[in-house]
Amino acid sequence: MIFYIVRRVLYSIPIALSVGLVCFLLVYISPGDPISAIAPPDAPAEMIAQLRRDYGLDKPLPEQFLIWLGRVVQGDLGHSLATGRSVWGEVSVALQNTVSLAVAACTLAFALGMLLGGLAAAFRDTWVDRLAMTIAVAGVSVPHYWLGMLLVAVFAVTYPLAPSMGAGPGGTFVWDWAHLPFLILPMVTLSAIPLGLVARTVRGTVIEILHQDFITTLRGKGLRSGGILLHVAKNAAPSVLAVMGLQLGYLMGGSILVETVFSWPGTGFLLNSAIFQRDIPLLQGTILVLALLFVALNLVVDLGQALLDPRIKR
Amino acid sequence: MTLIAAKDTPATDTRAPEKAERPQGYWQGVGKRVLRDKATMFCLLVLLLMFLAIVFAPLIAPYDPYVGSMARRLRPVGTPGYLLGTDELGRDMLTRLLYGGRLSWFIGIMPVAIAFVIGSSLGVIAGFAGGWLNMLIMRATDVFYAFPSVLLAVAVSGALGPGIFNAILALTLVFIPPLIRISESTTAGVRALDYVEAARATGASPFTIIRVHVLPNVMGPIFVYATGLISVAMILGAGLSFLGLGTRPPEAEWGLMLNTLRTSLYNKPLLAMLPGICIFVTSICFNMVSDGLRGAMEVKN
Repeated sequence: MIFYIVRRVLYSIPIALSVGLVCFLLVYISPGDPISAIAPPDAPAEMIAQLRRDYGLDKPLPEQFLIWLGRVVQGDLGHSLATGRSVWGEVSVALQNTVSLAVAACTLAFALGMLLGGLAAAFRDTWVDRLAMTIAVAGVSVPHYWLGMLLVAVFAVTYPLAPSMGAGPGGTFVWDWAHLPFLILPMVTLSAIPLGLVARTVRGTVIEILHQDFITTLRGKGLRSGGILLHVAKNAAPSVLAVMGLQLGYLMGGSILVETVFSWPGTGFLLNSAIFQRDIPLLQGTILVLALLFVALNLVVDLGQALLDPRIKR
Repeated sequence: MTLIAAKDTPATDTRAPEKAERPQGYWQGVGKRVLRDKATMFCLLVLLLMFLAIVFAPLIAPYDPYVGSMARRLRPVGTPGYLLGTDELGRDMLTRLLYGGRLSWFIGIMPVAIAFVIGSSLGVIAGFAGGWLNMLIMRATDVFYAFPSVLLAVAVSGALGPGIFNAILALTLVFIPPLIRISESTTAGVRALDYVEAARATGASPFTIIRVHVLPNVMGPIFVYATGLISVAMILGAGLSFLGLGTRPPEAEWGLMLNTLRTSLYNKPLLAMLPGICIFVTSICFNMVSDGLRGAMEVKN
């Protein structure tokens, strides 16, 4: 077990480095001289020369990567072209909003997904199952940015029940009553996809477990359905938690569309403005932070799964 | 009397000589199961109709998709002459939805098709070869798995800049890793089977084994998996345009239309919803068809 944990932790180091490499290369796949991606368009010649030396752009690519890596490790992600502020400062503020939204959406998706999937498995091949699975397929297939617009049209325009723009007073989301209404619509929108996936996973896993011999034994022993449910939940937990953990990561990295619809001041919104202003350092820094967060989350999910299910020892 | 006489005559078999019946093939069985599945057939029909509508858009569409008039902008759905209304520049919505489907379908299907070719080749090679080659391909795949898919698509197409081909390139990059993984695991499963071992024992070259024994057995599952990805690609592709990264105005594309109509959401909600409904219907149909195919191919149940 310890061996597995150590190996898994060590394995995420090369992954994190490769993620850094991909992010580093983003500047180079963007068209034009990389300096034009870093320097403001109206920069004077001496400033460009200075920047070129600062970033080591006159050196060979592998060396540049090491220089860049050294800066990143020290927490220096460069400066935004548009605002001139440090990228890390911008990202760390936005990240709080993104994480709040993602955690809320994930919780909602988890609760509803368990309910739908559980009902579908319990009433297999009845209308309950079909209805639950139709909702799940719709959740997976819906263009969530469109769902967001739909919710705005219904619950902010036709029946003004919830605000549809921003994260509430102060521009940053805090967990209190004044900010909570702002969370509702983006949270529901963002939960659509994981809701569908969790419902499907739960249904599949529960049906598989119900077919196993030990369930028959438990029934034969005269255990009531409540007790059996406990056994099923215990066995389904690892795979459902794995899906959930991954989805939390996907939501953090993939909330750009929903954040754009609701002007939610998170990392997605930051990315959107970076794209619009061709602010490559901001784009690169935000993506790096999100991807590293995803790598860390993957690690936690794998370790958690191994702890929950001793059969996973690979 | 006649009865007896009839009895006396030698019994002639009037039935046609029994034809040697071919045992039902695997794909025949799959086809039959799909045909019986009403939901899948319905979705296939919807997709077929949509496909025909967008292919023959120039014949069906009542107006020019790029010519509008500010005098008749944002007409509501059901306006005589403009069945689905007009957009923010006074262009006919029905026309633009029909033309928009062409680009949206293209952006949805092309990346998956390219990724299917590249991903399945690499995956089959990795799964069949094993050893260091497998290690190399699969570890490279792991790197791309370290990015949430939306983020990777946004990162690549954001760095490359807007444009249809950049969007397709970014999406292709997103779909290659999952296709490599599924191809690798399927191939590794087939490789362990006895008949592959037997073929190797008879001296068949790796190339022959892949062509004769591996490919026919792995392509089905990989293809079905890829059809499921089309649904994601549709949403992501339109999403990139929605962010201003894929197609550019005045191009007609569902995601882009959804973006430009966003400002009209407050006064013409139904109109602004139309492009999204198109994306949703296409995406859910591809998903259902993929599910139906997968169900039909699982013989064990």
